[in-house]
Amino acid sequence: MIGLCVTALVNNVPTVLRFLPALTLFAMLGPVLAGLWGTVLPAFGHIPAAGLTGPSFDPFHALFSWGGLGKAVRLSITTGVVATALSLMIVALITAGWSGTRPFRFMERALSPLLSVPHAAAAFGLAFLIAPSGWIARALSPAITGWDRPPDLLIVQDPLGLAMIAGLVLKEVPFLLLMTIAAMGQAQPRRSLLVAQALGYGRITGWLKTVFPRVYRQIRLPVYVVIAYSMSVVDVAVILGPSTPPTLSVQIVKWMGDPDLSMRSTGAAAALLQLGLVVLVLVFWWFGERLVAALGNRWIQSGHRGSHDRISRGIALGLGALAAVPVLFGLASLAVWSVAGFWSFPDVLPDSFSMRTWTRHGPDAFATMGETFLVAGIAVVFALGLVLGCLEAEYRSGRQMGRFGVWLLYLPLLVPQTAFLPGLQSLLLNVGADVGLVPVVFAHLVFVLPYVFLSLGDPWRSWDVRNATVAQALGASPVRVFWTIRLPMLLRPVLTAMAVGVAVSVGQYLATLLIGGGRVSTLTTEAVALASGGDRRAIGVYGLLQTLAALLPFTFALVLPTIIWRNRRGLHE
Amino acid sequence: MNKGLTLQKVCIMRDGSPLIEVDHHIAPGDVLTIMGPSGVGKSTLLAYITGTLAPVFEATGGIALDGADISQLPPHKRQVGILFQDDLLFPHMSVGANLAFGMKAGGSRAERRAAIESALADVDLEGYADRDPETLSGGQKARVALVRMLLSKPRALLLDEAFSRLDAELRTQVRDVVFRNARERQLPVLMVTHDVDDAKAADGTVIELESLSKT
Repeated sequence: MIGLCVTALVNNVPTVLRFLPALTLFAMLGPVLAGLWGTVLPAFGHIPAAGLTGPSFDPFHALFSWGGLGKAVRLSITTGVVATALSLMIVALITAGWSGTRPFRFMERALSPLLSVPHAAAAFGLAFLIAPSGWIARALSPAITGWDRPPDLLIVQDPLGLAMIAGLVLKEVPFLLLMTIAAMGQAQPRRSLLVAQALGYGRITGWLKTVFPRVYRQIRLPVYVVIAYSMSVVDVAVILGPSTPPTLSVQIVKWMGDPDLSMRSTGAAAALLQLGLVVLVLVFWWFGERLVAALGNRWIQSGHRGSHDRISRGIALGLGALAAVPVLFGLASLAVWSVAGFWSFPDVLPDSFSMRTWTRHGPDAFATMGETFLVAGIAVVFALGLVLGCLEAEYRSGRQMGRFGVWLLYLPLLVPQTAFLPGLQSLLLNVGADVGLVPVVFAHLVFVLPYVFLSLGDPWRSWDVRNATVAQALGASPVRVFWTIRLPMLLRPVLTAMAVGVAVSVGQYLATLLIGGGRVSTLTTEAVALASGGDRRAIGVYGLLQTLAALLPFTFALVLPTIIWRNRRGLHE
Repeated sequence: MNKGLTLQKVCIMRDGSPLIEVDHHIAPGDVLTIMGPSGVGKSTLLAYITGTLAPVFEATGGIALDGADISQLPPHKRQVGILFQDDLLFPHMSVGANLAFGMKAGGSRAERRAAIESALADVDLEGYADRDPETLSGGQKARVALVRMLLSKPRALLLDEAFSRLDAELRTQVRDVVFRNARERQLPVLMVTHDVDDAKAADGTVIELESLSKT
């Protein structure tokens, strides 16, 4: 027996499990790569359906001769970069000033449900608040402003994109905050902060100097996702962004929807430009990180202990409230508009309430909600199957996912949607596979998969594997351990991951619009379609149901384990 | 045929350097105690025997149970019971379900239930079958974990610091129950511990380990 090396895990990984990681990668990256290919071809003038064979630079000539290009490009960059930088600053300040305290836990609880509020609903809510005839103007009129009719101001859809930036910040602050909290689990911030405070550092300065560098390393990829998303978002830009010209991504969607095929090639060229812009900005951001790190190092070595800690903490708390309160009031204003009768300016509440809007739009809206859940449900079931398979394969083979794997997981979120979804659409059209529901589900899967994986990965991996050792020592096969021990014990994180998946799917605008080709409509596509019409009551109905569709699964994820395991105290903290 | 648990020139290595070496036969009803500071790979040895060694380790040598080599069997076919310092009762199952999980399939519901009830009675936990494990005291949980393991009819018993979480009085109590049951069933026992009292109570061979990896 001497010299015989026994392989570590004698039970082999079943063949099915072996293929699941590859299949997952294919489901996630296949559509992205295919879509990019489908963008490159028409961008260089290759559209066989229109009798055009490339390569030619005509689409790019057409793009560069469009008068609005400079402004559209500038808007994409400024909104994306400013929204990301602002969100990151707010999150860093809040965490530096308050992590580990009671107000911080409260903020964490208040902001987590906001994470699932779809971007479009949050944007509508904000618009209803800040518009010239919105709640804020009504509350201040006529007593303070002196307005007895809505002023002629371009607050929403302002040319600088400020409203759009605000809308993005409202949604990205909860996202980055929760990512930061998750990252802090590994950084042991409390001890570092204690040491810094013992050395005489203020709380904020101490945290920024000792904890932030480690935390930022962990949240770097989520920050990149926020940049790519904010630069190329379409639904928020349609609702809150300027219109003449719009952001580059909105213009791309306009071109792609044009019946004139040559316009589509212009759109494809613009999509490639959008991709290039995102890559360029990410490169610049990367250099910016180096610069900030160098300056930060100098700041650390300067030994400044930090002053004005109290004021800074107050500001941080105020910023946190500023990120949470508008969304809540925005949702409330959606609700009020949906039941508003006649509502004259500057009254804060409508003259009368009625269910007329609900009786008129309700049946359609609830039918759309059914379709929304159908798409989301199928996508999430696929995603969960693949993710659980990958995690189980990882566990049984004993091989952890490396840094490269994490990058691959984030890749579909880093490629701007407007760069590959239009290409995917034209590819599907070419092969005649544009049959509605199925392609939409797979397009949603591209975005649902990474989020389900990211949500479930940590709790799944931090499960005490000695439970499995004991179960196997009791004679249970690996399959039995998976179904009867690990899955039931991890019911709560599994349901939460499913809720995350549903929320992601519900919020998808472009994937549904383009790949569905008008034959699949979800609450999000319907709500955004209402944006141009300006029927606030209808928008209220759809925005509210959209939010409900995203929040309901989270409620289930909270309530179900409590009911199922009501007599099992060991499963509740 | 050689009854008992045989560790035949077992050597566990990490990155090519040996971590722990054991060559020993444990007769039925005997206890082999392996003592040493933490970090010398005591638990790694147990993981090798249960078949759950992490891939970063390499192991050589044979493990024989009643004369038959089990080192190539998957973990759930080895019939080697293990107790950790935590009770590791499955928190989503009742006490009775925990016990039933480890029992061989077969028999009527009533028979299985009766077996569970009488096994619980053996450790003074009569009528606890429907309880939530989390509502039990530390000593009760440890006894349930023992009963669960014994009901699965193991042919050898591994103890991984099994008593170190219990306070002094409970510790003696639980330890006596474990050793008595092992002797009654003629199980070979391999215990790793850092506690001298555990070793004395085991009343068997003691191997003191030093770290092989440090020079």
